[in-house]
Amino acid sequence: MPQSSAARSERRAERSLGALSSLVLVLITAMCLFVLLKAWPSFSHNGPMWFGWGGNVDDQLAAIFNSPANPAKWDYTIRTWPILYATALLTIVSVAIGIVVSTLAAVFIVEFAPPSVKRVVSPVVRLLAAVPSVIYGLIGILVLVPFVGNHLIGDGRKNSVTFVVQLSGASLGVAVVILTLMITPIMIAIIADALRAVPNGWKEGALALGANRWRVMWTVVVRSARPAIIAAAVIAAARAIGEGIMLAMVSGSVGFAPNPLDGITFVFEPLRPYAATIVDNAEGLSVKPFGQTIYAMAAVLLFASLMLSLGGTLAKRPLRKYGVRL
Amino acid sequence: MSTSTQPKVVHRRGKDTVKSWPLPDRIAYFSCWAVGIGLCLVAAGLILFMLNKGLQYVSLDLIFSNPAVGSDQSQTGGFLAPLLGTVILTLVGTIIAIPLGVATAIWIVEYGRPTRLARAVESGIEVVAGTPSIVLGIFGLLLFSNGIFSFMSFRALGGAVAGRSFLTAGAMMSLIALPLIFTSTREALQQVPAQVREASYALGKTKWSTIRKVLIPTARPGILTGTALGMGRIAGDTAIVVILLGATMQIEKVGSAPIVSTLRGTGSTLTSYVYNNSPAGEGNAPQKAYAAAFVLLLLVLALNFGIDILSRRSKKEIV
Repeated sequence: MPQSSAARSERRAERSLGALSSLVLVLITAMCLFVLLKAWPSFSHNGPMWFGWGGNVDDQLAAIFNSPANPAKWDYTIRTWPILYATALLTIVSVAIGIVVSTLAAVFIVEFAPPSVKRVVSPVVRLLAAVPSVIYGLIGILVLVPFVGNHLIGDGRKNSVTFVVQLSGASLGVAVVILTLMITPIMIAIIADALRAVPNGWKEGALALGANRWRVMWTVVVRSARPAIIAAAVIAAARAIGEGIMLAMVSGSVGFAPNPLDGITFVFEPLRPYAATIVDNAEGLSVKPFGQTIYAMAAVLLFASLMLSLGGTLAKRPLRKYGVRL
Repeated sequence: MSTSTQPKVVHRRGKDTVKSWPLPDRIAYFSCWAVGIGLCLVAAGLILFMLNKGLQYVSLDLIFSNPAVGSDQSQTGGFLAPLLGTVILTLVGTIIAIPLGVATAIWIVEYGRPTRLARAVESGIEVVAGTPSIVLGIFGLLLFSNGIFSFMSFRALGGAVAGRSFLTAGAMMSLIALPLIFTSTREALQQVPAQVREASYALGKTKWSTIRKVLIPTARPGILTGTALGMGRIAGDTAIVVILLGATMQIEKVGSAPIVSTLRGTGSTLTSYVYNNSPAGEGNAPQKAYAAAFVLLLLVLALNFGIDILSRRSKKEIV
């Protein structure tokens, strides 16, 4: 009978679409399992001290790379505190700056910019979001790093820390500037969408009560879009944590923990987050204990991004009531 | 009666100008302007700088010659192979990502049963979107070095599966494009009014043929926008290329079958070429890096320009 065969093919279509969609879940499960299994030896050898401090990370990585051939004597000792600290520092600082800048920019785009300016700024934001990270990295390493190294860091400053670390210009400061520039456009897009979704009546009500336009934006519109700002911060943080190539180029690639007590020098000290460490050491993945250590870093990144996705979903939930879907 | 109680309309022209605001509000107002103008200046600076460097260093024989081994920048050839690599990798990635992304969006919007599974898939795609590409790359290397995937790459001298090829890198790249294609397709499908579907059902069409004949054509601008966004992201990604494509100088073919040999082989893209020719990479050739970065930037901006035209056209159709 044609009808039942049509019904059967309908069901088949639904099933196969569902199966195709569920592939994503299979893939994520496989990713977590594979990476965690590969990373396990490194975690189990070090215990919680994997995140601890002590010794020089770069020396430890070199020792792991040069482990003897006998699997029983493989070296796994590593204390990744400087790398963890660098990841957290870069992410938190650039997201914090990004929140301020992108909120102001979103308010500007939604409220203050005259239509002619708006027509320029919106494509500019999209353009900044579209520029590949390697181009940001290239400009950073060929323009900003030499400029900072030659003009902003004096010899006195270089000599003052010469026994601890070399200051070349590739530094926390340059990394934060470029990272902020990279994550701001994403945040602006999300926050501006939420600002536009705030009902006009609320704005008009506040205006009618005598508030000026900035007060209206700040006390009514931005405040009711707070979930979007949090969601934007979470998404930007996920981006910042995973940015490897650009940071491998401009952060100095030294497993060093910049010390805030150094005053201004702090800004000029090099560092290296997890993602950049993976990029830098991609060549050595075939050396087994070394590969396992690198995969352990990937596992940390994977865990962090999973947590951030979860946080982003929770942060976005209150936005649904305005009809904003991100 | 009512006219006498009606309040007088007070015209206070120029009352709510910025000049009359309190100082903190004025500072905030001007910092909004400063940020907006600052972003424009940064973008203009970036474009002009790249344009300057690009016009200075790009030449036709740089684009049409292959990279070579040499001791200085005049001998190391051009970047034809990386340019082709970018094109091949972007095509492979989008060809894998489009069916997956569109199918998932259709299933979520049109079927979405069981609800739990649908919600899990949606958050799964969000997780993929949030996963750093370096982690995707390193996971791909782990996955595709398994024996059963040897058809996608090649076996190295010791018999171990290399896991590095255009196919494996493209497969992981598709995960970068997938969330973008999924989101814009979902959005486009959700904007199709319910009566369009109902009209199709009323004509006796089944759900599946409604999807094929009505919904997909209507959502095509959305699918295209997502695809273009995804292509831009694939073309701009470096981490997966460095880890999964091998970042070899030439396109190294494996075997003799005409297209498959290239797909199973390793190569490089413009991004990895830029990375390797920057001071951070092995070959330090800033002029080549600038030239390749300029071409890459042009590609990405052209894609974005295409998206603008697309979205403008689709808006016209809806209104």
